[in-house]
Amino acid sequence: MRGLTRVFRMGEVEIHALRGVDLDLYAGEFVVLLGASGSGKSTLLNILGGLDRVTSGEVRYRGEDLGSADEAALTRYRRRHVGFVFQFYNLIASLTARENVAIVTEIADDPMDPAEALALVGLAERLDHFPAQLSGGEQQRVAIARAIAKNPAILLCDEPTGALDSATGVRVLEVLDDINRRLGTTTVIITHNAVIAGMADRVMRLSDGRIVETQANPRRAAPRELHW
Amino acid sequence: MRALERKLLRNLWALKAQALAIALVVAGGVATFVMSLAAVDSLRATQAAFYREQRFAEVFATLKRAPESLAARLRELPGVATLETRVRAPVNLQVPGYDQPVTGLALSIPDGEQPALDRLFLRAGSLPQRDRADQVLVSEAFAEAHRLVPGDRLRMILGGREQAIVIVGVALSPEYVYQIRPGDLFPDFRRYAVLWMNRTALAAGFGMDGAFNDVVASLAPGQPAAPVVDALDELLAPWGGLGAHDREVQMSHRYLEQELTQLEAMARFVPLVFLGVAAFLLNVVAARLIRTQREQIAVLKAFGYGDLAVAGHYLMMVLAIVLPAALAGVAAGAWLADGLGGIYQEFFRFPWLRLRLDPSTIVTAIAVAAGASVIGALFAVRAAFRLPPAEAMRPAPPARYRRALVERLGIGRWLGQPSRIVLRNLERQPLKSALSVLGIALAVALLVLSGLQEGAVGYMIDVQFRLAQRQDATVVFNEPASQRAVHELAALPGVRRVEGFRAAPAILRNGHREYRTSLQGYQPGGELFRLLDRRLAPIPLDEGGVMLTDYLGRLLGVGAGDRIQVEILDGRRPRFDLPVAGLVSEFVGVGAYLPQASLERLLREGPSVSGAFLAVAPEALAGLPRRLEQMPRVAGVTLRENTVAAFDELMGETLLVYSLFVIVLAGSIAFAVVYNTARISLAERSRELSSLRVLGFTRAEVAYVLVAELALLAVLAIPLGFALGAGFGWLLTQALQNDLFRVPLVFAPSAFATAAAVVIGATALSSLLVARNLYRLDMVAALKAAE
Repeated sequence: MRGLTRVFRMGEVEIHALRGVDLDLYAGEFVVLLGASGSGKSTLLNILGGLDRVTSGEVRYRGEDLGSADEAALTRYRRRHVGFVFQFYNLIASLTARENVAIVTEIADDPMDPAEALALVGLAERLDHFPAQLSGGEQQRVAIARAIAKNPAILLCDEPTGALDSATGVRVLEVLDDINRRLGTTTVIITHNAVIAGMADRVMRLSDGRIVETQANPRRAAPRELHW
Repeated sequence: MRALERKLLRNLWALKAQALAIALVVAGGVATFVMSLAAVDSLRATQAAFYREQRFAEVFATLKRAPESLAARLRELPGVATLETRVRAPVNLQVPGYDQPVTGLALSIPDGEQPALDRLFLRAGSLPQRDRADQVLVSEAFAEAHRLVPGDRLRMILGGREQAIVIVGVALSPEYVYQIRPGDLFPDFRRYAVLWMNRTALAAGFGMDGAFNDVVASLAPGQPAAPVVDALDELLAPWGGLGAHDREVQMSHRYLEQELTQLEAMARFVPLVFLGVAAFLLNVVAARLIRTQREQIAVLKAFGYGDLAVAGHYLMMVLAIVLPAALAGVAAGAWLADGLGGIYQEFFRFPWLRLRLDPSTIVTAIAVAAGASVIGALFAVRAAFRLPPAEAMRPAPPARYRRALVERLGIGRWLGQPSRIVLRNLERQPLKSALSVLGIALAVALLVLSGLQEGAVGYMIDVQFRLAQRQDATVVFNEPASQRAVHELAALPGVRRVEGFRAAPAILRNGHREYRTSLQGYQPGGELFRLLDRRLAPIPLDEGGVMLTDYLGRLLGVGAGDRIQVEILDGRRPRFDLPVAGLVSEFVGVGAYLPQASLERLLREGPSVSGAFLAVAPEALAGLPRRLEQMPRVAGVTLRENTVAAFDELMGETLLVYSLFVIVLAGSIAFAVVYNTARISLAERSRELSSLRVLGFTRAEVAYVLVAELALLAVLAIPLGFALGAGFGWLLTQALQNDLFRVPLVFAPSAFATAAAVVIGATALSSLLVARNLYRLDMVAALKAAE
């Protein structure tokens, strides 16, 4: 993406969420976007995920211009290529773990079996539990299984550990790390938790709508080594 | 203004669209309630006032012929306040420019004066002059049907002689508020007239000089009618008395009571549906509102507001929607009642309408609306109170779900995930789903019920005039005539078949139960008039006894094999016992039937006929009435096609308007329920639906989750509504069982189709509107918010 800006109009106030961001993501990379609240990191993730459009600048995914894509094209892009993991899991309360995964695999081109995806996140035993019967960490792992089951090219995680305690958070990060290594899914985590940066290939720090710092880790730390 | 009150106003403002929708349904419910009850009250008040002011008689008697000198003795009967003798005569009329036969009833009034009882309300013109034999008053309904005004001339056949008459006035009588020809299903203002003329003139024309054949009387205050009825019977018996009776059996009064009773039943049923739906909507909306405000409730409680203050706050909010709506409904209802009352006033022929709005109606309407909403709100508030403040401030945990019933039955494996979401959501809130289904089903029931009138009356017509009575024309003679009369009729051009019959007025008794009707003797094996059993198969007349209409059998408490006592009110007035040979099924009127020869034997008379049924070639039918009217012994002619045509006219005009009204009413109920259900589902699940959008679901795929739920509700509601409608219909037909008619439980098939179509249409419309909202779902917000 080149020269990305995004301006929100809130009544009479203009909010410049992004003020010219240039960013390249490479296949198989594990990237952490760090930033305080209001830094523009969520806006950036939304644009990456095809949920939001840019005010100016260019977003290309494998040569396709997402900046000028219409609603249907963005839906197609999300459906085929993007996996989302949310801070509050956003599971469908009325569906079991397996069905929460199946709801995505049913509309995907070349998905895994839902049970396989849940086995990957260590939930092979809890396939038929409803969200209300799962702990927060388990719910987030179901959400990850749901995101990866379609074999997405890119996995976008918005504060995936934000609602979890530290030990559970680490368990979730282990799953993300494992998926990235095993399946080679490009993974982007946005967080304000700087500790997580240690497990990334590349870390970018956002502030006031700009990338103010980019740093490549010589070695990716194992999530187990992280504490907060 | 206190902060809590300010919050109230802001919340209301934020909810304005939904609040308005609820207010409209509440106002609609209250308005229909007030309108219906006020219309009924007004009609009742009008009826009472009209009866009182026009001095409607309380005892009525008809007889063959008695000398006027008898009148003095009748007046002396204990209990009688005022008594008046009259002459009544059947007439045939010819209206210029109208080629159909018109029959009528001519009643005498004292020469040039108002009668003492059953006084006439003059709408136009004046009473006949004292010495004029050609001046008549006509009933308003008839005058309007033919646009007749004072000064118009008609020809009248009275006692076999044709004469010219001139209309001097248009009148209304308490005796003919419901102006229907005896034996007819519904009024036919074009072909049936009531006329009033000077006693001297009418008596001269009908051979009643110095005599009378009709008596009306009022009772002294506090006097019961029964002793006067009995005494009149006794005194009139030697003069061919046909039985005296009180108001309860008076034709117009009875029909009026029937109609008002039916109207009252509907007046209670329809608004209940409305108010029920309003209560449901308030309940779900209040519950939803309070769920979304659980944090605020916790905060208020954390600040130290008591449960009572918080509950009061939310109740105020609900009442702020409901009370203004209810008041608006009362105003609208009163306004509509005036209009509806006007329509009924026309139908029933009251000279004016006394609009009456009973304060208790208003109080009840408001109390029901407010009560329903307060109960709805209380349930929701109670749920919020159960939580300690600290817990209420945390977001609600994921709702508990389980597999839906259909899945547990094993059908689940063919369902996609979106369908499972739909099913489990419906099942998780069984009460809400059930109430939605019930609300829609009530709308369906309302529509189905509206098809009862058309279906039932159509069926009655079909059975009565195609299966049972297949004659093209019925001729009634002034007096029993010899068989020659039948031959004369058979000789008329185009007449293919004639079947004479003999009828004798009689009282049938079984112990203390009695019923006045006539014994009717028919030709065994007749083709034009047949008795039918319950399955509508013809039953032959039985030589060994009398066949009774099943309803008459029930009234008398007899069945096949029992015996009844018969007192003939005609001729030699014989009394005898008769075995009941069987029961027959009829929808209109009740009768007692036996072979003509058996009746003649019982009457101790030779062969004679009271009238005849005619089968006529279609091309000859038009000219037939004219020819029949010229035969001196013919008292009246009715054509089957006219009865059927009158029915079609009635259906065409009144039912169309009525059906449209019901369709709009039921359609808006269905729409209000479906739309509110949809809006609430959307609000409750916006996060879930946005998540699906983010996961790559298209708008159409997400819309499916909502729309399928609505469609499923509608699909469940339609058969339930059919069943409810049929049930209400059954209750209604049970309430409308009487000796005048029994309404069969037959619905117009189109009613079911219309009902389903209206509900499907309302669902489709709601779906479209809600789908539009889906387009505005904020995907980004969904990712952030924690419920």
